Amino acid sequence: MHEEEVLGKAYDARLMRRLLKYLRPYRWHVAFGIVMSIVISGMEALRPYFTKIAVDKDIASGDKVGLLMTALLFLAVLVVRGLIQYANAYLTQWIGQRTIFDLRMEVFRHLQNLSLKFYDKNPIGRLITRVTNDVEVLNEMFSSGIVMVFSDVFTIAAILYFMFTMNLGLALVSLSVLPLLFYGTFLFRRKAREAYREVRLQIARINSFMQEHITGMLVDQIFNRERKSFEKFSAINGAHRDANIKSIFYYAVFYPGIDLIGALSIGLIIWYAGANALEGTVTIGTVMAFVQFNEMFWRPIRDLSEKYNILQTAMASSERIFQLLDDTSILSAPQTPAPFAHVNGEVEFRNVWFAYNVPSDGVQSPEWVLKDISFSIKPGEKVALVGHTGAGKTSITSLLTRFYDVQKGEILIDGMNIQHVKPQDLRRHIGVVLQDVFLFSGDVKGNISLGDSSISLDRVKAATRVVGAHRFIEQLSGDYDAEVKERGATLSVGQKQLLSFARALAYNPRILILDEATSSVDTESEQLIQAAIKKLLHGRTAIVIAHRLSTIQNSDKIIVMHKGEVREMGTHQELLSQNGIYRRLYELQYKDQEVKAPLA
Amino acid sequence: MKPLLRLLPYLARYKKTLTLGILTVVGSNLFSIVQPLFLGYAIDELKAGIESKIYVTSDLMLWAGLIVGFSLIAGFFTFLTRQTIIVVSRHIEFDLRNDLLSHVQKLSYSYFQNKPTGDLMAHATNDISAVRNVLGPGIMYPSDTILTFVLVLTMMLTRDWQLTLLALIPMPLVSIVVYRVSKIIHDRFTERQELFSKLTTRAQENLSGIRVIKSYVREAFETDEFKKLSWEYMKKNLVLAKVQSLLWPLMFLLVGCSIILTMYFGGLRVIDSRMSIGTLSAFMSYLLMLIWPMIAFGWVLNLLQQGAASMGRLTAIFDTVPEIRDTEKTNHSLTDIEGSIEFRRVSFTHKYAQQATLRDLNMKIEKGMTLAVVGYTGSGKTTLVNLVPRLYDVTEGELLIDGHDVRSYPLALLRSSIGYVPQETFLFSDTIAENIRYGLDNGDSHIRDAAEISQIEKDVAEFPKQFETMIGERGITLSGGQKQRTSIARAIMREPKILILDDALSSVDTYTEEEILKRLKNFMQGRTSIIISHRISTVKDADLIVVLDKGEIVERGTHDELVLKGGIYADLHQKQLLERELEEM
Repeated sequence: MHEEEVLGKAYDARLMRRLLKYLRPYRWHVAFGIVMSIVISGMEALRPYFTKIAVDKDIASGDKVGLLMTALLFLAVLVVRGLIQYANAYLTQWIGQRTIFDLRMEVFRHLQNLSLKFYDKNPIGRLITRVTNDVEVLNEMFSSGIVMVFSDVFTIAAILYFMFTMNLGLALVSLSVLPLLFYGTFLFRRKAREAYREVRLQIARINSFMQEHITGMLVDQIFNRERKSFEKFSAINGAHRDANIKSIFYYAVFYPGIDLIGALSIGLIIWYAGANALEGTVTIGTVMAFVQFNEMFWRPIRDLSEKYNILQTAMASSERIFQLLDDTSILSAPQTPAPFAHVNGEVEFRNVWFAYNVPSDGVQSPEWVLKDISFSIKPGEKVALVGHTGAGKTSITSLLTRFYDVQKGEILIDGMNIQHVKPQDLRRHIGVVLQDVFLFSGDVKGNISLGDSSISLDRVKAATRVVGAHRFIEQLSGDYDAEVKERGATLSVGQKQLLSFARALAYNPRILILDEATSSVDTESEQLIQAAIKKLLHGRTAIVIAHRLSTIQNSDKIIVMHKGEVREMGTHQELLSQNGIYRRLYELQYKDQEVKAPLA
Repeated sequence: MKPLLRLLPYLARYKKTLTLGILTVVGSNLFSIVQPLFLGYAIDELKAGIESKIYVTSDLMLWAGLIVGFSLIAGFFTFLTRQTIIVVSRHIEFDLRNDLLSHVQKLSYSYFQNKPTGDLMAHATNDISAVRNVLGPGIMYPSDTILTFVLVLTMMLTRDWQLTLLALIPMPLVSIVVYRVSKIIHDRFTERQELFSKLTTRAQENLSGIRVIKSYVREAFETDEFKKLSWEYMKKNLVLAKVQSLLWPLMFLLVGCSIILTMYFGGLRVIDSRMSIGTLSAFMSYLLMLIWPMIAFGWVLNLLQQGAASMGRLTAIFDTVPEIRDTEKTNHSLTDIEGSIEFRRVSFTHKYAQQATLRDLNMKIEKGMTLAVVGYTGSGKTTLVNLVPRLYDVTEGELLIDGHDVRSYPLALLRSSIGYVPQETFLFSDTIAENIRYGLDNGDSHIRDAAEISQIEKDVAEFPKQFETMIGERGITLSGGQKQRTSIARAIMREPKILILDDALSSVDTYTEEEILKRLKNFMQGRTSIIISHRISTVKDADLIVVLDKGEIVERGTHDELVLKGGIYADLHQKQLLERELEEM
């Protein structure tokens, strides 16, 4: 929240250069847009010119036909200008939309490539904001912003051109108030910016107060603290009000001030015209045209503050976006990856050390999650990982799929160090079934195939049949096309698990990692799940973080993890007789299941 | 627009200032409306001068001076308008936000459980700010606009009504165009917003499921899907742009037509000497003065709509009656609490829940006794203790304190007699002292005593500014155990008659836990306490231990009795012994 409140610089050349790069593919469109705005600006400046012709030429000479012609010509110019203006407005929107589409896809693609280490550090809510709102903010700058700047500059240039060619003296006189205007605007901008900053600061304080006190409302109420909290809030709220009132003052002075300077300029035009009228250098039409020029000249300058805000928010957003794009927590893929099309499924951990965070100073020793882990699994073997929470079981599975890299030692599959192959190639051979089943909103078949077109509907159906999920799926309305809500909200825990088994099976991996769910389900689902696990593991190398006694008893080897180390290894019976950690874990976690689940 | 009526009492508070504000609007309009006339006179004068070759500078100077002078006066009035109407809107914004918070503070615990914090924050900022727009710009611009419109029209009509009507032919079109086009824009905008939320949802799902996506190497597919949505969203934007881009060119074209009509027909009049060139110039200036009101009209309408919608949302909050509050049943003659608690056939069902969370609880805790509650997660322990300070009210049966129904006590008396340490420790980003004192005015020695009992004092001594150290975002980060101990000190500080510890020692190591329990024992003499814990070590010395399972009391007795009984408690005891062994291996 707070990070979003920070008000950065309004203009940063480095950021701007980088932003402009995104316009490169559309540079001809931009150029065309600029040309159109020049034409529009020129036509805009023609308006007072027509007034002058009508007054000085047609009206002065009593030429009614001429006046009609001038009026019609004026109308024609207006219509053409309207058309170009429309085309230009659409074109600029088009440019802006294309550009942010490109940028959004770049951010999204980058996010797909970032490693899990990055996701551990960054709250998802913030990342979503980058892809959505932050990119959105840039639209305004890319579309209207850049072309508008040109348009304003050219409008001013065109007005200046007409003024000076029409009457040099009058032009100089009416522009003599400009320094006053610039100084006033500059002063206002500075003051208004300070006030705005203060307002934002107070808003941020209101927000964090609300956030804290609504979350902690229970405490406030139980401790009878409402009154005191209210007083505190009222003080912040008051500071916010005062900051606003301060900024009102600046606006209250600025707008009438600009009007006054405009009036001053008109007064000067009249005065100068009067002084020079007799020499015949100033005509009535010229005076009227100048009055209109005067009004036209003021508009772009008045709009300045709005453009300034666009620029400022764009800078802040782009800074955050670039920060994300510059994050390089991407796993290093080997330069020349070894081919990895087929694997037998032999897995070996060789003296593996791992920590999630390595202190950057290099002096402090990292908090090791895994210490000198070694074990090997033959193709087709089933291994159960057991241990207390925090013993390092999940870390082992995350390392095998290369979500993280080890600090010391190596992990081998079929004798090949997994760092020598492309992570994607590696992961294609490993199926992962996590404890928390993640379902996407969409339909049932999409949640099993995950959009892989090589997985046919028949294969999806076959997979669900093997794990016994087809029964409940066929009862859903629309069976395989049945809607799945966000996170599978309408499905039961057991059903979600069966779906995730089917998903893993459809992908037919050589190696399977299964993190058994601890959540209890009804007896019927439990039977289904146990049967499904058996089929799922059949014929594959499997590493199971086991919570079910049946799974453990059926595995070829049990690895007992304790405080980041492998402490015991063997079969169920061997380990039980050792009277060590496993025995205690068994008594603590699994023994009850013997009574509860006699099926095993 | 109806919800906006709720604002009348607020406006009434600032009647005088607002009246003054409206008067200044009249003032500024009167002084700016005549300026085009002065310009017109000056032009006529100039023309006459050129034709008659008589030097006229001094007269022109008068008009020029009047233009500047009147502009100055009009500007001063405009300044005053903003300083009154807009400033008042900020005052009302302040009042509204204060009222909102003080109302929200009265709402019951269950309200907050069903309402996302983000929503409430949005109400306090976005909605109130939308309402503020109605009060400030929403009052200033319409009054200004209407007045300008009326004055300009009068000026024009009295000069030449025919030309006025001719010039104004395109004007109704302007309003119709603005109205129609903004309707289409609104519809397309809604469609666009829908797609935007789809896009957001897609991004959110993708990022939340990144583990699955990476495991199954689905990055490319996900990118494709996102690309499709993104592209569609872009298309929708361009469809919107097609109408949106139409608005301004069309407006300018119509206004331009007005000017051409004026120029042509006005010009004919000047040629026929039925109108002076100065009047024609004034006409043109007046037309330009009308453009802004036209635009402002649509804009203000929009503001009012948004403001009404926001006020509607705020009204919904203001109209929420707190479920738990002092009512006519409150017995104000009760002024003291001793601390004996009795549950008499107490059942509790959460709103909208199908099953009861607590079922038919019966127990009595005498003043000075310690009750311990154990049970699995979700067995109803927290709900049970939440009934005592009336975070919830029982749905069946009675909860008695000193023999009186808990609902007959004034809420303030009840809660100030209870020291509650919630399961989720909540500390504010403030100093340690403030967090412990938490609104009490006791001297600092009390803070020290409380900190000593809860064993946070030693930790505090090592903090940079001891008790004055800030914690939270702008200060140091406390460990889970330190937070819990601070939270305990806060409860002790109030010298409560009833102390409730809801799993409040879970992050404290066993040694410190023993130290705290030892000191608490002393402190709790003559006070009643209810302790929830997963740890046998915390509860073993309690006078009464009850085991909750699925909302019912399934075992009760002392530690020794329950261990002998061989039920859930004994099992828990057994497992914790094993775990301790495992810890040491």
